[in-house]
Parts: sequence; structure tokens; C-alpha cells
Amino acid sequence: MSVTGAPRPRRPWKGLGRPRGQPSSEARAALAPFLWLAVFFLIPFLLVAKLSLSDVVLAIPPYAPQLDWSDGLPGLIAFVRALDFEAYARMGQDGLYLAAYLSSLKFAAIATFILLLVGYPLAYGMAKCRPTVRQALLMAVILPFWTSFLIRVYAWIAILKPAGLLNMALEQIGLPPVDILNTDTAVYIGLVYAYLPFMVLPLYAVLERQEAGLLEAAADLGCTPFQTFWRVTFPLSLPGVAAGALLCFIPMVGEFVIPDLLGGSGTLMLGKTIWTEFFSNRDWPAASAVAIVLLATLVIPILLFQRQQTKMMEQR
Amino acid sequence: MNGKPRLNIGAVRSSFAPWADPSAKPLVRFDQVTKRFGSETAVDAVSLDIYEGEFFALLGPSGCGKSTLMRMLAGFETPDLGRITLGGEDLAGRPPHLRPVNMMFQSYALFPHLTVAQNIAFGLRQQKKPKDEIAARVDEMLALVRLEGLAHRKPDQLSGGQKQRVALARAIAPKPRMLLLDEPLGALDRKLREETQFELMALQQRLGMTFLIVTHDQEEAMITADRIAVMRAGQLAQIGRPAEVYEAPNSRYVADFIGDVNLFEAKVTEDDGDIIRLVSPEAPDGLEAIEDDEIALGSTAWLAVRPEKMRVHLDPPPSGPNRLEGTVADIGYLGDWTTYLVELPGGRTIRAARANAARVVDRPVDWDDKVWLTFAPDSAVVLTR
Repeated sequence: MSVTGAPRPRRPWKGLGRPRGQPSSEARAALAPFLWLAVFFLIPFLLVAKLSLSDVVLAIPPYAPQLDWSDGLPGLIAFVRALDFEAYARMGQDGLYLAAYLSSLKFAAIATFILLLVGYPLAYGMAKCRPTVRQALLMAVILPFWTSFLIRVYAWIAILKPAGLLNMALEQIGLPPVDILNTDTAVYIGLVYAYLPFMVLPLYAVLERQEAGLLEAAADLGCTPFQTFWRVTFPLSLPGVAAGALLCFIPMVGEFVIPDLLGGSGTLMLGKTIWTEFFSNRDWPAASAVAIVLLATLVIPILLFQRQQTKMMEQR
Repeated sequence: MNGKPRLNIGAVRSSFAPWADPSAKPLVRFDQVTKRFGSETAVDAVSLDIYEGEFFALLGPSGCGKSTLMRMLAGFETPDLGRITLGGEDLAGRPPHLRPVNMMFQSYALFPHLTVAQNIAFGLRQQKKPKDEIAARVDEMLALVRLEGLAHRKPDQLSGGQKQRVALARAIAPKPRMLLLDEPLGALDRKLREETQFELMALQQRLGMTFLIVTHDQEEAMITADRIAVMRAGQLAQIGRPAEVYEAPNSRYVADFIGDVNLFEAKVTEDDGDIIRLVSPEAPDGLEAIEDDEIALGSTAWLAVRPEKMRVHLDPPPSGPNRLEGTVADIGYLGDWTTYLVELPGGRTIRAARANAARVVDRPVDWDDKVWLTFAPDSAVVLTR
């Protein structure tokens, strides 16, 4: 450091911009979504987290400790002291929870795979259509959203039940009836049906953007249409595959309505477990602990999904 | 279009003329090829031979059918009528991946998920070449297009000129019988385009490969090609060496499309073998041109004179045919070249161009100067259509 002369700022360009301490207009604009997230996601999450650290009591509400603000700081300290990880410990001891986790992951993974097998050809076909037909097909994919999700799942009960539409149709063509309702098969059918648009739309988005010239170039360089698909189309659609798979997988792990309505008593999924703990056993801390652990497990795929999205945005 | 003639370049390979040899077999033959899109005829009964080792250009405005013609050769379009043969073999029904031609696309169509080296190796991998052979060929191609250091870049990390060279290397790598170039330099800026034109020509000479280029840029076609086919509305207007197409156009369309031209509508009054005399209200002293072909007396013809063949005089030259009088309405100074727009008494504007051979001129031609334009009889071409 020089000791002679006036102290020279090391970075003269610093401080030339916006005066410090004043938020830029972008920062202020970003405040709105932050507020939204804080009120509707962060605070409820903290409440659930707190609940998971409480104990079950036979009271209303059915957990303790209760925070009493009138006791002031000592009350707060006593409250924090009373929190513990008992609910989590119980989860570790009871194999049912682990089984429910693994079973949920299995359901979500298999359903995601089936969704890819069903959704890819659909999206590919749509992207290859003439623009006018494409619009109609896109509409058809989105159309189910116009009806209540619950009603659509109930409709599947009407189709799959022993004397339902499926068995009537089978009888008509002389085939033996099948007993699908209240089995894992019905859950898979329901999951694939309900999440298909979430798989098809991101796939369609990447396939539709693909430059037709690339396919011609591949053909020109000696690729059959089949080889062109595997060497060009498919690798270039991987961002869409990843987006679709994560978009379906993440919510399917915690899915409740479909396994509850279409699945049997043996269908083990986390959504159902949480519901049972909460409403049947009135064990709110346990239900909250299951939810928190589920969230923690899903953070990894969610982060992957985020990264994928950012990458896709950058490519545009 | 700045009307700059490039004759010396077009005539470089004057010893190469397989099309003049009746016993030579063409590499590619288009035989009465027609292609319609709905009610529109994109290519109308075109017959064309392209010979081994030739650099052939299809030149025309957009929508003239030149790209369609090339895409039919590559297999991306199917002719409605006629035959396309390559090395004597009919290509009908053969899909693009089984045709021994490669195309360099206007958009380059580089595979964005593959590196430069993988892009170049794409066709070689399809040919099931051994790995070390592919690697050697890729290195050779990278050296050829001077991209050695960029083998592991992805296409989106390349400049436009680099992409263009990768596309070229990728199309050449599988050693096609013929290379098809669809507006290959269209996306480059002017300076780079000029450099690349010469590079492309040098590359073709070195490889000895047959090149077919589609372009709307006459300069590009003139510089690179051995022969040019000028297309108009799905038909061939003229085929010839660049110098032939420029100096001996067969129609007003070709004369006007290639370079700038002044056209005088006139009546043929005299034909004494070599020299044809014509009258036109625009040339009070009469017009004269050298023309071998017989033209019926009294018929209407057009006299085509290129701007650079017009001489500009500030003092009246001796009266005689091919002398026009007018005033300078506009001057376009291009540095190497100056274009004068001279207004005739009838109101029409004639272009005259002069190379700025000297830095200092005694008496420069100025706006509103009264000038006389003259041209030699052998500088004019008589056109009947």
C-alpha cells in the first residue's frame, strides 16, 4: 500500500452506478412474487414444520405445546423447549412409513415411464401435423382441464367398476370381465390419464421447435428415418423428456386422490398415509413429519427440474 | 449489383469444357424434369447436364425453381415428370440417405447437440467407417476448413463464418459424388462472402469434386462457377460460362438479371452480314451492332449495352451511329468505379460506368453536365426476345 499522497480508491468505478441502499426498480418488482411465496408457501411450510415437532394430545387442537404469546419471552422459551423430534423417531421405528415412501416412489417412477411411452408418440405426432390440425390436437390435450379433476377420476370408477363400461364392452366382444377397480392397475391408469398433459406439453414444445432442416441434413448424410429419430430427434428432445418426467414424477409421489379413489386397501401411497394420520388417527405431528420428509426427498428432483428449466430458457 | 465485370475470373478454366465434347458422359442429367406444387409449376421441363469436376451454378431470383431443382437431386422432392440420373443411374424412388450426394444447407443445419468434430463425423459414422479412419478424416476436414482448434466446440459457440465452414466440412467429409450448396454464403456479411467465394472455388479445384451451387447472387455465381444456368419461372433461360452469359446474353431477361444493362428498343433496317443497323427514336444518329445471326428486316429488336461499355464524353464526338446526347442526372461514386445516370432528351435514364483508373482527373464529369455517350458496335448485343 502506498503511504504517500491521497488515498486512491482501488476500484474507482465502484459507486458510479445507482446510489447504494436504494432498491432498483427490478428489485422492487421482484418483491411481489417473494411476498406471495412467503404468505402462501413459506409460512404454511413453517407451520407444518412446527407441527411435526409437536406431540399428540387428546385435545382441540390435538397437539402440544401451544404457543401462548401472553407469557412473553419465557413462554416462547418454554414452547421451544417442548418441541422434539418424537414424530420423526416414530416414523423411523414404524416400517410402514418407509414402505409407503418406497411404494410411492415406485408408483411415480413406473407411471412416469408409462407416461413417456404414451406421451412421446403423441407429442411427436402432434408436432408432425399440419399447423391447423396441430392447434386442434393441442386443444384436445388441454380440454380435460376444463372439467373438475375429481369428476374425471370418478368417471374412471364408472369405467373400471365390475359392471362398468369396460366390462360391458368386453362382454359385447365375448371376452371375460376384468376386475381392475381398487387395484394398483387402476391407480396406474388413473395416474397416466391425469398426468398425460403434463408429459405431452413439454415434449411437444421441444419437438415442435425442432428445425426441419436438421432432419433433412441427417437424411442427406445417410440416416434412414429411424436412424434420424435416434441420432437427432430424440437427443434434441431430451430437455423436454426431463421436464415432462419431473413435472409428472414430483406431484405423483404425493398424489392422494387417485390412489384413494381408484386404489385398493393394499395400495400404499404417501398421500393416503398422510390423510390417514391426519384424519383417522388424529396424529397431526406424524402427518406433518411424513409431509416434511416427503418434501425433503423431493427437493432433489425439484432442483433438477429447476436446472433443466433454466438450461432450456438459456437455449432460446 | 455494382455492374463490375469479373470476366477474367470467369474465364480462368478455359481449358475445362467437357460440355463441348459430344462424347463426354455427364455425371448428372436432368431430363425433362417437371415439379408442380399445387397449381404452381416450380420446375418446368428442365433438361440439364452437369459434368464430373464441374462447378455449376443455378442462378435466378427467389421462386424461380432453382432450389427445387437441387432438392430433387438430393431426394427431398420428387419430380412429377422426367428423370434425374447420376452416373447413368436413374435416381427415381431412391430416398435421400441412399443418394451419393451431400448438401450444404442454407441454414447450415448443424446438429446443436454435437460438437464440431461429431458434426463432421456424422456422415462417416453412417457409412460405418472404422473409428481411426473417421478420426483421421475429421482431422483432415478440420485442417481443410482451418478449424483445427475448434473440434470440441458446440455449434452455438461458433461465429457465422465458422458455422459455414463446419457445414461445408460435414458435407464434404463422406466424399460425395457431388456437393450441393444451397445459398451457401447467403448468411455471411459482404467482406467474408467475397473471401469465401474465392476459397470455395479454390477448394473445388483442389478436391476435384463436382459442385452444384444454388444462388440468387450473380457475383457469387460468376466468381465460383465454370458454367451458370440462369433460371426464370421454372425454366432455363440460358446456360453458359460466366463470360458468355454476361457478354452474350440470349434474352433481355438474362441481360438484365446478370449485371446492369441499357436496353434500346429499335427496328432493324439493314443487315449486311456482320453489321446490323437499327433505328430508334432514342438514338437520332442510328444504332449499329455486330451480330452474326440473321435478323429479319423491319422486325423489332433490343440493343443491349452494358454501362461499362458506354464512353462518356464532355466534348461532342464526331457524329455517327451509337451516339447519344444527354445530361448527367446522377453520379454514383463507388471508389473503384463511378456510375453516371444520363438523362436522354426523351426522359429515359441511361447508365454509364467508368473505372476510376486515375486518382486525379483534369475535368471531372459533374451533375447537370451536358454529355455524349458512345459505344462500339461490338460492345452491343442484339436481342430478339
